[in-house]
Amino acid sequence: MTIKEIARLVEGEIVGAPADDTYDVEKAFASDLMSDVLRFSMDETVLITGLCNNQTMRTSEMADLRVVVIGRDKQPDEDMLELAQDLDITLIKSKFSIFKISGILYQAGIKPLY
Amino acid sequence: MIMHYTFEIERGNFTDAGQASSSVKRTLKHLGVAPANIKRTVVALFEAEINAIAHAYGGTIDVDIDDEKIVMVVADSGPGIPNLDLAMQEGWSTASAEVREMGYGAGMGLPNIKKNTDDLKIESTVGVGTTVTMTVFFA
Repeated sequence: MTIKEIARLVEGEIVGAPADDTYDVEKAFASDLMSDVLRFSMDETVLITGLCNNQTMRTSEMADLRVVVIGRDKQPDEDMLELAQDLDITLIKSKFSIFKISGILYQAGIKPLY
Repeated sequence: MIMHYTFEIERGNFTDAGQASSSVKRTLKHLGVAPANIKRTVVALFEAEINAIAHAYGGTIDVDIDDEKIVMVVADSGPGIPNLDLAMQEGWSTASAEVREMGYGAGMGLPNIKKNTDDLKIESTVGVGTTVTMTVFFA
């Protein structure tokens, strides 16, 4: 699934790095705990989180994530957006809860990480 | 090829947390190290960096890279780890509410470090500080 399709499904807005239309997302992992994010391989995975700060970006960088859905209508600040651009990570801002975002993407065929 | 880097750790500075790991990641990419080894290295270093920022009063990160391996020494002055066996257990954490709000403090830091390194040495003295030495071999 493309990043733009994910954004459309969760009625989200794309911010940070521009969406790479060639990137194919197969799996999702939902967590607000960044150490849990670092435990797993995040290839072709979208992170769904309500944690909206620089550490979300740094953790995504270390985990090689390319796309992050920020739920619960959290608003990334300028620093975070700048960091996302520098690190080439696309953010999708959504007003939906983490549960709703997860449900929508699961129903659309995105697989759980495990 | 032998490279050496030193980074400072500032107590509670979560804004800049991850800069050392980010810098090391860029260097290893530039050197052509295999992606799987880069990931193991930066996850371990990032967790150690976060641990020191969250728990200690300040410290340094020394990184040595040669053709075969990377050795990362995170040395802090701080409260130390009273019970290392407990600290190595998944889920055990003494992190503050503030640290948990940053997305850390799940008790996975040291277990993640152990999982991602080929050699791990932790020396800690209560009331003095902790030195974590991590080695990742590239081959």
